[in-house]
Amino acid sequence: MFVLPWLIGLAVFQLGPMIASLALSFTRYDLISSPVWAGTDNYARLAQDPKVARAIGNTVFYTVLHVPLAIVLALALALMLDRIGGRGAGVFRTIFYLPSMTPYVAVGVLFLFLLNGQAGMVNQFLALFGVEGPQWTTDPDWILPGIVLMSLWNLGSTTIILFAALRNVPAELSEAAMIDGAGSWARFLRITLPMISPALFFVLIINTIASLQMFDQVYAMFFGNQVTQQSSGDAALFYVVYLFQQAFQFLHMGYASALAWVLFLVIALITFVQWRVGGRLVHYEGGERA
Amino acid sequence: MGFGLPDEIASVRVDLFKKANPQVTVNINEGAFDEQAFLSAVAAGNPPDVVYLSRDRIGSYAARGAIQPIDACVSRESIPTGDYYPAAQAQVKYGGSWYGIPEFYNSVVLIVNDKAAEDAGVDPASIDTSDWDALGRLAEKMSKADGGRIERFGFNPKLPEFLPLWAKANGADLLSADGRTAALGDPKVVEALRYAHGLVERQGGWKRLKAYVDTWDFFGGENPFVKDQVGMMLSEQFLVSSMAGSSPDVGITVLPFRDRRGEPVNYVGGNAWVVPKGARNPEAACRWMKTMTAADTWIAAARARQDKRAQEGKVNIGTYTGNVKADETIFGEIVRPSGRKPFDDAVKVIREVQPVGFAVPQSAAAAEFKKAWEDAGTRVLLEGQAPAEALEQAQAEAQKAIDEAGS
Repeated sequence: MFVLPWLIGLAVFQLGPMIASLALSFTRYDLISSPVWAGTDNYARLAQDPKVARAIGNTVFYTVLHVPLAIVLALALALMLDRIGGRGAGVFRTIFYLPSMTPYVAVGVLFLFLLNGQAGMVNQFLALFGVEGPQWTTDPDWILPGIVLMSLWNLGSTTIILFAALRNVPAELSEAAMIDGAGSWARFLRITLPMISPALFFVLIINTIASLQMFDQVYAMFFGNQVTQQSSGDAALFYVVYLFQQAFQFLHMGYASALAWVLFLVIALITFVQWRVGGRLVHYEGGERA
Repeated sequence: MGFGLPDEIASVRVDLFKKANPQVTVNINEGAFDEQAFLSAVAAGNPPDVVYLSRDRIGSYAARGAIQPIDACVSRESIPTGDYYPAAQAQVKYGGSWYGIPEFYNSVVLIVNDKAAEDAGVDPASIDTSDWDALGRLAEKMSKADGGRIERFGFNPKLPEFLPLWAKANGADLLSADGRTAALGDPKVVEALRYAHGLVERQGGWKRLKAYVDTWDFFGGENPFVKDQVGMMLSEQFLVSSMAGSSPDVGITVLPFRDRRGEPVNYVGGNAWVVPKGARNPEAACRWMKTMTAADTWIAAARARQDKRAQEGKVNIGTYTGNVKADETIFGEIVRPSGRKPFDDAVKVIREVQPVGFAVPQSAAAAEFKKAWEDAGTRVLLEGQAPAEALEQAQAEAQKAIDEAGS
C-alpha cells in the first residue's frame, strides 16, 4: 500500500507514455490526425537521415569531452572542499553548489554573452595573455567546445556527491599509509580513489546519461528564436534538439518517437557496458561487485 | 495564446472587442506563441479559442488540420477580406480557403547610417541597391575593423533571413505560387546567395560579423545606428519605429530596396489570428478576429498611439496594420509630419513599398521548407559550403518535405 501512489505515478506518467511512444514510433503521426501504421519506416529513415548522423556526432563529441572534464574538475573541487574545515566549510559548500541553482535557460543566455567572440569576457581574458580567442558562438569548429566550457559551470551536484564520498574515506587508512611512507599522490591513488570509486562510477553514469540528453542550455543558446536558429546551422544540433524539432516544429511525432527510442536503447547499452566494465574497477567495501 | 497587451495598439483594440461583446469572457494567456504548448493543447482536445502566430507557420498547421478553415466565419461575419494587402491575404490562405485573418504588415527597407555614408563619401539618398557591384564597393568602404575586431559592419544583408528578398531582387522566387515546387536550385537564387555571401565575406566573414551583431542593442537608445556600428542594414520597418521612440535625433536615411532593374521590392511578414481545431467557441473567435483587424479598430488604436506619442513629445511613424483601408486613414489623417526629416521621409518610403510586398507562398511543409533554405544559407556563411551545392541540398530536402506533407 505504501508504494501504491508511486506505482500509479510510474504507470501513468512513465510507463504509459513510454509504451505509447514505442507504439507511435511505428506510425506516421502528426499530433493532430490519427496515427497511420508505418511499420519500421521511421527506423529505416532514421538510419539514412544525415542530420541524425550529425546530431549523434555532436552529442558524442560533447559527451566525450564533457564527462571526463566534469568529473575531474568536480573531484578537484570536492578535494578542496574536503580540506576546508570549521565555519567556512558550509559557506564554501553553498558557494560551490550555487551555480547549480541557476536555471539552465539563464545559463545558456549568460554564456552567449560571455563567449561572444567580439566582446565576450572569455576572449577579453584570453587577450590579457596575447591570445586572440576564437568565435565561440559563431564558428562551427568552436561552438561545441564553447558548449563544453559552459557545461562546466554546473558541477554542483557531482561535486557534492564526490565530496560526500571523500568524507566517508576512513582517516586511519591514510594515516597508516603515511606511517608506511606513502606520499600524498600515492595515498590519493591507492586509497582515496578506490574508496570513492563507487561514487565516481555513479557520477560517470549519470553524467553520461545527462550529456546524451543535453537540451535546455543548447536550445536556449542556439535554437530559442528565429535569429539564434539561423546562427549555428547544425553545429549545435544535439540529438534531443533534433528530436524536439521533428516532434514540434515539423510535426513528425512518429519519427520523433523512433528517435527517442533509439536514444533510450543507446543509453541503456552504454550504461550496461559501463556497468560491466566499471564492475571490475569499482571497489565496494563489503566486497560486493556490480 | 501568443498575444500580449504591451501597448495601446493591443489594449485599445481588446477594449473595443469587450465593449462590443460584453457577453464574451476574454482570457488572454499572455506570452509569445509556443508551438509545443499549442500542439499539445490541440492534441489534448483543449485548445484556446483563438491563437496569434506568425503568418509563415499557417501552411504547416493548415495542411495537418491543426487549425480550421474559417471560410464560413468570413462569410457569416462579412469580414471585408479585400481590405487586407494582397501579400497578407495570400499568407493566410491555404488550398483556396481562409485559415487566418492577417494583422500587421512588416515591410523591409534599407536603413542607412548617414555618418557611415558621409565617411564613405556618398550622399545616403543616392544609394541604389540595384547596382550590385557598386553596392559591394560601398559596403566595403563603410566597413571598419581593427585587426580581428569589427568596428562597423558596412552593410548587413541579413542573411539567411532575407534570402527570399535577395532572390526576388535577382528575379527569382524560392517556391512556386501553388506551394508545391521548390525552386531553391534556380541559378538566379544561387547567384543571389553567392552575391550576398560575397558581400559578407569582403567585410570580414560571417563568423566575426555575426558575433559582432550579437552585441547590438537593436531596440534601445544605444542602437547600432546611434553607436555607428553599422553602415547600412536591411530591416523591417519596426526598427525605424523603435528608433523614432528611442533615438529621434539619430542620423539615418530610409530607402526602398531595389531589384536589379531598379524597381522597389519588399519582403513582407506579420502575424495572423487563427482558430485551432477543437476550439469550443469558434463564433466568438470569429468576432474577435474581425474586430481586432477591422479598419475602425485599427484607426482607434492608431489615434491612441498618436496621442500618447504627442503627449510624450516623441515621434510617431504610424502603425502598419495589414489593412489597406486602415492604413489610408492612419497615414492620411492621423500620423502628422514630426519635423524630423529622417522619420517623415521614412514614412513615405515605407508607404511607397507596401504595394509591392511579396511573401513566400504557403506550403504544406512551410516549416521544413524555411528550415531548408535557412540552413543552406548558414552552411554557406559559416561552413564554407558552395552556394550551388548548399541550395541543391536544400532543394532536395525541401521538395522531399513538401511531397511527403502533401501525400
